[in-house]
Amino acid sequence: MNTQYIGSLLQGLWGTVLLSLLSFLFGGLFGLLIALARISPVRAVAEATRIYIQFMQGMPLLVLMGLCFYGPSLLGAQTVNALFAATLAMTFYAGAYLGEIWRGCLQAVPRSQWEAAECLGFSRWQRMRKVILPQGLRLATPPTVGFMVQIVKNTSVASLVVGFTELSYNAKVLNNTTFQPFLYFGLAGLMYFAVCYPLSRQARKLERKLNVSRR
Amino acid sequence: MSAVVELKDVHKTFGTNHVLRGVSFAVERGQVAAIIGQSGSGKSTALRCMDRLETIDRGKLHVCGHALHDPKLDLKPLRRDVGIVFQSYNLFPHLTVEQNVTLAPRTVKGMPASQAREIAATVLAKVGLQAKMSSYPEQLSGGQQQRVAIARSLAMEPKLMLFDEVTSALDPQLTGEVLRVMEQLAKDGMTMVLVTHEMAFARNVAHKVVYMHDGKVHESGSADILRRPSTPELAQFISADA
Repeated sequence: MNTQYIGSLLQGLWGTVLLSLLSFLFGGLFGLLIALARISPVRAVAEATRIYIQFMQGMPLLVLMGLCFYGPSLLGAQTVNALFAATLAMTFYAGAYLGEIWRGCLQAVPRSQWEAAECLGFSRWQRMRKVILPQGLRLATPPTVGFMVQIVKNTSVASLVVGFTELSYNAKVLNNTTFQPFLYFGLAGLMYFAVCYPLSRQARKLERKLNVSRR
Repeated sequence: MSAVVELKDVHKTFGTNHVLRGVSFAVERGQVAAIIGQSGSGKSTALRCMDRLETIDRGKLHVCGHALHDPKLDLKPLRRDVGIVFQSYNLFPHLTVEQNVTLAPRTVKGMPASQAREIAATVLAKVGLQAKMSSYPEQLSGGQQQRVAIARSLAMEPKLMLFDEVTSALDPQLTGEVLRVMEQLAKDGMTMVLVTHEMAFARNVAHKVVYMHDGKVHESGSADILRRPSTPELAQFISADA
């Protein structure tokens, strides 16, 4: 084992963290849209979103990655940037799951809160923004942080299809050169753990805190 | 026509349950009207219809000059004229008392923060809770929360206040402090419609008592009907309370 290999793993870790952050950022924004669309009073919007979520939850991430990477070139685009393709796939994926998580949290805010705001003259959007979202997002914090762990781990799928240099991909490359799978996949596993464990702990802590304040 | 609230042959059905079966009565400006009756008599539904939380199936319903039977009614002006207080307070738990009160004036009326805070100070003083401005709802007793809820409605300067069994979740002592606030409001000339089980309050404060039974107004009149009921149903209802 030499330091160059460790450097390669660390470089991969950076790729993983970068893709995770991008996925969370864009997946989060998209997920918020999905959550709002899912409880839209316009039936067609709500229904279309429901179908989208069903579709995404029924499709392996690997297949989605493949579609995002090879799809554009089949449609006549020039070469697709690997990070872009990976982020796109992760956004579609995380958006669907986060959207469904947040929809549940928004709907967990009691109906009476809607009613109280409605009777004070708030428009639907004002109610959502000032009354429902602040309460719903508070409920949503623990499951959201929990889902971030899934995002971090699932960025490894990008290595198989897209060839974006992230942790799993670099571990695979090192194994191919050194034939020491246990060592390098083991190290990669520890690095994933080092990123995910603090997130898991944070999620559990938030959950406890929330339970206390809600009694 | 000086009636603030006027129901004419109002019908409302939930599924197969015919809750309101032709309700008619009116409340004049400055009057306090108490709707009483057994659970399931339709009194809360009648009140909720007055703020368009329920739409009526048949009949005519005017509130502050708005025609609530019109399905195309613009709800915004109605909600500005009418304030409602619920049994379960429904304060916004993520906001302080002051923010609970200022949110609607700021958001709905676009009032500047300083002016909204002045109004909050005034209405909270009216309900005796000026000292609790920066508390969160969960730090207050039920009675205090209900008084904040009343202040929150008053901050929008409504012409009519609706109260839906606002003391039913409170013990007698807390009930007293909420009723005193309502009594003061009545003295200030606020038009009020309340659904209540507090017979003493109805007797002493209400100008008009509406007794509902089986989805209809069974008997109505001044508070005197509570002393001398003319129907056996009301007589029995009152004696059950005593």
